Amino acid sequence: MAYDTVGAILLAGITLYAVLGGADFGGGLWDLLAGNTAQGRAPRALIDESITPVWEANHVWLVFNLVIFWTAFPHAFAAVMSALALPLWLALAGIVLRGAGFAFRKELSTLSMQRAAGATFAFSSLVTPFFMGTVVGAIATGAVPADASRASLAAWTSPTSLLAGFLFVAACGYLAAVYLVGEATRRGNRAMRAYFARRAQAAAIVAGALSLAALLELQNSDKFLFDRLTGRSLPFVVVAGVCGLVVFALLAIGRPIGIRIIAALGVAAVVWGWGVAQYPVLLPGTAVTLSSAGAPQDTVVAVIVVFVAAVLLVGPSFALLYALQGRRMLGGGEHGALAAVPASLQAPPGAGRPRREPAERERAGPAAHTAALGVVTIAAVIRRMRQR
Amino acid sequence: MQASATVMHAAVQVSSQVVPARAQMATTLGFHIILACLGIAFPSIVLLAEFIGLRRNNETALLLARRWSQAMGVLIAVGAVTGTVLSFEMGLLWPGLMRQYGAVLGFPFAIEGLFFFLEAIFAGVYLWGWQRLSGWAHFWSGMPIAVSGIFGAMSVIAVNSWMNQPGGFTESGGKITAVNPWQVFFNHAAIYEMPHMILAAYMVAGFLVAGVYAVGILRGRRDRYHYTGFAIGFVPAAILTPFQIFVGDTAARSIASDQPVKFAAMEYVAQTSRQVPEWIAGVYVNGKVYAGIKIPYLDSLLVGFGPGTKVIGWDTVPPADRPPVVWLIHLAFDVMVGIGTLLLLWGLWAAYEWWRRRRLPPQRPFWWAGAISGLAAIVAMECGWVVTEVGRQPWVVYQILPTADAATTNGGVVTTLTLIIILYAVLGVATIAILRLLSRRWRRGDTEEAVPYGPSPTQAGTGDHRDADVDRAGL
Repeated sequence: MAYDTVGAILLAGITLYAVLGGADFGGGLWDLLAGNTAQGRAPRALIDESITPVWEANHVWLVFNLVIFWTAFPHAFAAVMSALALPLWLALAGIVLRGAGFAFRKELSTLSMQRAAGATFAFSSLVTPFFMGTVVGAIATGAVPADASRASLAAWTSPTSLLAGFLFVAACGYLAAVYLVGEATRRGNRAMRAYFARRAQAAAIVAGALSLAALLELQNSDKFLFDRLTGRSLPFVVVAGVCGLVVFALLAIGRPIGIRIIAALGVAAVVWGWGVAQYPVLLPGTAVTLSSAGAPQDTVVAVIVVFVAAVLLVGPSFALLYALQGRRMLGGGEHGALAAVPASLQAPPGAGRPRREPAERERAGPAAHTAALGVVTIAAVIRRMRQR
Repeated sequence: MQASATVMHAAVQVSSQVVPARAQMATTLGFHIILACLGIAFPSIVLLAEFIGLRRNNETALLLARRWSQAMGVLIAVGAVTGTVLSFEMGLLWPGLMRQYGAVLGFPFAIEGLFFFLEAIFAGVYLWGWQRLSGWAHFWSGMPIAVSGIFGAMSVIAVNSWMNQPGGFTESGGKITAVNPWQVFFNHAAIYEMPHMILAAYMVAGFLVAGVYAVGILRGRRDRYHYTGFAIGFVPAAILTPFQIFVGDTAARSIASDQPVKFAAMEYVAQTSRQVPEWIAGVYVNGKVYAGIKIPYLDSLLVGFGPGTKVIGWDTVPPADRPPVVWLIHLAFDVMVGIGTLLLLWGLWAAYEWWRRRRLPPQRPFWWAGAISGLAAIVAMECGWVVTEVGRQPWVVYQILPTADAATTNGGVVTTLTLIIILYAVLGVATIAILRLLSRRWRRGDTEEAVPYGPSPTQAGTGDHRDADVDRAGL
């Protein structure tokens, strides 16, 4: 019972990291795709303003998850860290560069330096979720042996793992775009609302396609997981699909009400669908379950107590942070040394006015292009893998 | 008996990666610990400035607080990511440690996670709330950062001190069967390691801040702004210095009884004996100390307040269980103690001048000392970590788990070590460059206020070249 509770706590932590931290990575993805300095100014300013006060707090979920993982399931943790060392090192490099690049860009004053820091931030926002996705894919498909002591390349380069990597990137982009539609709406910025609505739809299509591709791939490569996902996890899979369709539809009819919560719910359903599918096994394909991963009952109880304390202390604090952020109480303002938004990212006057909309609409192309190109590339990769 | 079992186990698979893994852990921890000090203590200093500013209507202090919080934003961000590196490395470099003892030492980290959350959340509020939160509301939004910095540090030090004095768990047949979280957290070494590190953090942060303004004063910027900035950093750090020396002295005596081999390395005690001399500096090679100053009886006096006190030497354990490079441990210890003492004397100088003449010493050597005090405090703190970490070798968990047994068996640590040294060099240079950039920008702001007809820095920074149409994707 206690072990199941900690399992649920870990899954909840992963869910929160996915829907909060994931969106911050997605913001970096849209920053990367925002075009040249002039074109990208308005979206980058909105992304920067939305991420700035919250990304560090959201990032802590990752550390929290690591800690719960190694405390409550030390054997599984050691196996995962050994077998998947390479993608974890790469994800870690991405985390360092993302955070540093983002923080530095704010304070730099010359355009070229800002651009270099910004590119570092944006590119590593793409790299990090991809490698995290391959790690989750490798665990889910049972590629991590219980007594792993050697890094394995094959473990995380299976088609399913790579698909999971792409899916993570797409999901981060999807969440970020949906949240940014909300941010733009709150600021009354119709141009940006339309801009990110299109990108949210494109990302939704890519994420949906990747999910279906992953399911198809699992049908061939991992019958067990496929059966579980279409069996006991089916309700979660259905919820995920419905949420995606509802968000897409709401964006299509131009009434983006409640889409942030629905989109987050959809991504949460995917995480819980995965967790429920492999319950109570921690490392599929091995005998390592929630209760046999090396921690005694006392530790697990201590973790639950700390978690309860964390919910009581951290929950209201997060509520305060998001409430202040929601009311736009957090931000450095426009002038002088304390400008929160780098000067080059500040929206030019008139960016928020509807008259810019036609120009924005003309640029719908790149997003759709990117989406289409992504789908085609991934499909080609999968075909190649199948043929092998 | 646990120890012998694991030693035998170690003989089976000694990892060739242990030396690079230790080097990498030392590099990343040595880098992060500076930022951690600033993360623990700098918010308190910023809040002190804001408190003075609000309470006494002191515009200068308030301006300092605002500017410092901007620097704090950069430092917290870099500290957050370099701290994450250490979290990953616990598993990536030391899977053997985590597999065996993750369930024991993981729990204090969970508490640390809780405080890390509070720190990050309220940093988001405090750093970005300057514009729109009212004075005291803003001040109080920063208090959780300072408080959780202290408790977070206690949690992490709980883990490190547990590695020095492991306890609070039952192991049978190679499996952890019971854990007592209280005994893990408040282990025998935690009582002195926790205050020692937290005081060190306050000294590093305080003296670093003071050092920045001491340099300015040396360069002739003898204004209210610089003296205020110096004092807000210097006063708390100087007041804490004697307490730190007391805690350190107590810690050394505890180590003499808890980890006698580490203490023997710190003090060059080769043979267990009475009337042990104290060596100041000196290099130990093959049973001889070169270039050291020998003070008879002093070590025995320091350990047990009498020249007849018996001090345990490293001859009590077989050579394989002794720490490597004892001279490094001894010299690091001496440097730490030496710097601490100099900082104390420097603080007393200021205290005397203040007592007699109600001013800070005008002599240039005082300000030269101020300029390097922050770096000196960092060196002392790093030396302290060398003493405790190298001094614990060859164990990762003292007398229970050998370091060689804990290291990863994956190859390629040399590669990650190389890459991380390059990455951290860039990160370190960039962080310092950005802090200097901020200070230059602030100074331009100062001159702008003083010389109204000067060119506006904001205009210079946001000129036409910003619209240069260079494709970002090309980067």
